[in-house]
Amino acid sequence: MLRILNKIQRIGIVTERLPKIEEPALDEIGAQLKDRIGELFGGSLAIREVDAGSCNGCELEIHALNNPYYGIERFGVHFVASPRHADMLLVTGPVSRHMEAALRRTYDATPEPKLVIAVGECGANGGEFGVSYASCGAVSNVIPVDAVIRGCPPTPLDLMRGILEAIGRRSSSGK
Amino acid sequence: MTTNAWMTSFLGRLSLREINVQEEPAPGLAPARLLKIGAGDWGHFAHEARNQDCRWVAAWGEDNGEELTVNAAFEKDGAYFIARTQVKRATPILPSHTPYYVAADRPERHMQDMLGVVFTDHPDPRRWTRHRAWKDSEFPLRKDFPTAGHPPAPTPPNDNYRFLFAHGSGVYEIPVGPVHAGIIEPGHFRFQAVGETVLNLEERLGYVHKGIEKIAEGRDAAGLARLAGRVSGDSTVAHAWAACMAMEKAAAIEMPARALSLRAIMAERERVANHLGDIGAICNDVSFTFAFYQFGRLRELWQRLSREAFGHRFMMDVVVPGGVAADIGDQASAAMQKQIVSLRRELAGLYNIVEDLPSLEDRLDTTGYLAPDAAKAFGALGYVGRASGVAFDVRKHAPYAPYQGMNLEVPVFTQGDVATRVEVRMREILASFTLIEKLLADLPAGPVHVALTSPAAGTEGLGLVEGFRGEILAYVRFGDGGRIARYFPRDPSWLTWPTLEKLVRDNIVPDFPVCNKSVNGSYSGHDL
Ligand code: SF4
Repeated sequence: MLRILNKIQRIGIVTERLPKIEEPALDEIGAQLKDRIGELFGGSLAIREVDAGSCNGCELEIHALNNPYYGIERFGVHFVASPRHADMLLVTGPVSRHMEAALRRTYDATPEPKLVIAVGECGANGGEFGVSYASCGAVSNVIPVDAVIRGCPPTPLDLMRGILEAIGRRSSSGK
Repeated sequence: MTTNAWMTSFLGRLSLREINVQEEPAPGLAPARLLKIGAGDWGHFAHEARNQDCRWVAAWGEDNGEELTVNAAFEKDGAYFIARTQVKRATPILPSHTPYYVAADRPERHMQDMLGVVFTDHPDPRRWTRHRAWKDSEFPLRKDFPTAGHPPAPTPPNDNYRFLFAHGSGVYEIPVGPVHAGIIEPGHFRFQAVGETVLNLEERLGYVHKGIEKIAEGRDAAGLARLAGRVSGDSTVAHAWAACMAMEKAAAIEMPARALSLRAIMAERERVANHLGDIGAICNDVSFTFAFYQFGRLRELWQRLSREAFGHRFMMDVVVPGGVAADIGDQASAAMQKQIVSLRRELAGLYNIVEDLPSLEDRLDTTGYLAPDAAKAFGALGYVGRASGVAFDVRKHAPYAPYQGMNLEVPVFTQGDVATRVEVRMREILASFTLIEKLLADLPAGPVHVALTSPAAGTEGLGLVEGFRGEILAYVRFGDGGRIARYFPRDPSWLTWPTLEKLVRDNIVPDFPVCNKSVNGSYSGHDL
């Protein structure tokens, strides 16, 4: 136990005053994200992530949002297990035909008003997989999509920015 | 016994049994040897291979017009051979390998669904990869099946699959997925339980089938490498390397040494990144969040340096046919060496904590036990195999450049539980550090890329690479104009997914997530 406390104390807080290297404006984005979530979602935005056919690369970067560098929970964003608890669906992959029904059902199970973000090149336009006997391609070919976050896979910073933009758009469209 | 000695005695035994085997030269498949066998002897052949204690590696088929070609790969003592037979397209009937090798079960059902081969004595002829996007009379890998297919709109859910049924007093069922808890790939798990104890688990996969084998057809070499890098995103380097190796062997080109060393550095970085993330996630599954954040922190630092050195956090699309698309300078090399020194120090402390913590011991020791004989029967690979006595590692036992003579340490244990699978991965991280240091210290000078000349139509190649989950096999055959006629990637997950059904039995339902994570099969790599 002592060793654990020791380690915690030695490492301290690594959570970034958001990343210096790539995006000097991210401190700001984080603050905005938090404000918007405060305004629109009562301080907490619940996201259900749905892999509808991804290669799993996008999932790894979505996972990274929870590591201490990004620590997306501090802005009020958390990932939930059930679409019934979700304000937003983050959908990855080209939608495989075998996931088509499950994605529709997940969408239907998410309470209104809901936001859907298609993640990655695959989610945006089918990516390397396109449309075929096995793939429906873009997420928007299957369910209504409010925003896309491009990238293969999008980096954690791209994801944060994309989520902020999507809720920003929603507040301006008054949806 | 040396490789040649057992092969000679094996071939002798086959002829004694009147199994007619024709060895044919196949330079692109080397080091694997190609053995042609009559369709009628396909099952007997597998029986003899098992008697010889060969490991069943993979099976795949191809539509050649009048006939369907079926291949099965085997390995023993680091020597591979590929058995090949042909069946008439009109009557594609073949004896199954599954009665002798459980590992062949799902791969043969995949071939049945995709190519329409009927395995006569297969113990479980239910569909596997096919849900309801195409009919049972259609076979996507037949040449007359259009890539667009004829999918029903919308595709109905996969709700008419016959699961195993258990009954008895107090037995209940828990269906989970395909959309299941957390940020995770989709799959369906059907549990039968009594109280908290799992009696049986049946997996149902195929949800992320994206038609990879079909859409590979007609691509050029660069396009195939990009696709291979997306078979399983977490293994993008290893899959792209295996596919490129297959193409390069088919083209019989001499690879620049620097390119191979850079590939190996990236492959080891990929292994370390995945192991760091998964060790943290396993600890998180038993609520030891301290380790989750610590390992997650190290993984993030590691990925950032991958980006600085190679331009991408996962090094996606850096392995290209004929070499690599990024070179490193002294600065990146020094940064990698420095990071290893600091991680070694940090991990020494973390490993001490993880290995000694009573609450982890309580949750991880004896949990999800896979006995060595079961691991061997399933053909388990990677850390799943190595925690249960199956040592095989392509880098060590059938080394490819640049791993020859690198004296890699492969950790092998026999306890077979979640804790041991974690232990294997902790040691593999350290072994990868040593490899990266050596590779960087001895990095050859010279070009990192050569042009891939398009091989003649019909030329084939085989790639074998050790990914973080274990052996990856890639088969490539070129068609006209340098276009791909056939691509088959066999992710190690094909062989480790079935072990999960076995090792979760008699554990409590709440331990399923940690058992699952300790195996960490790729859904995408499996579903193709
Ligand atoms: S966008 Fe890229 S990383 Fe994401 S699922 Fe598609 S191929 Fe994988």
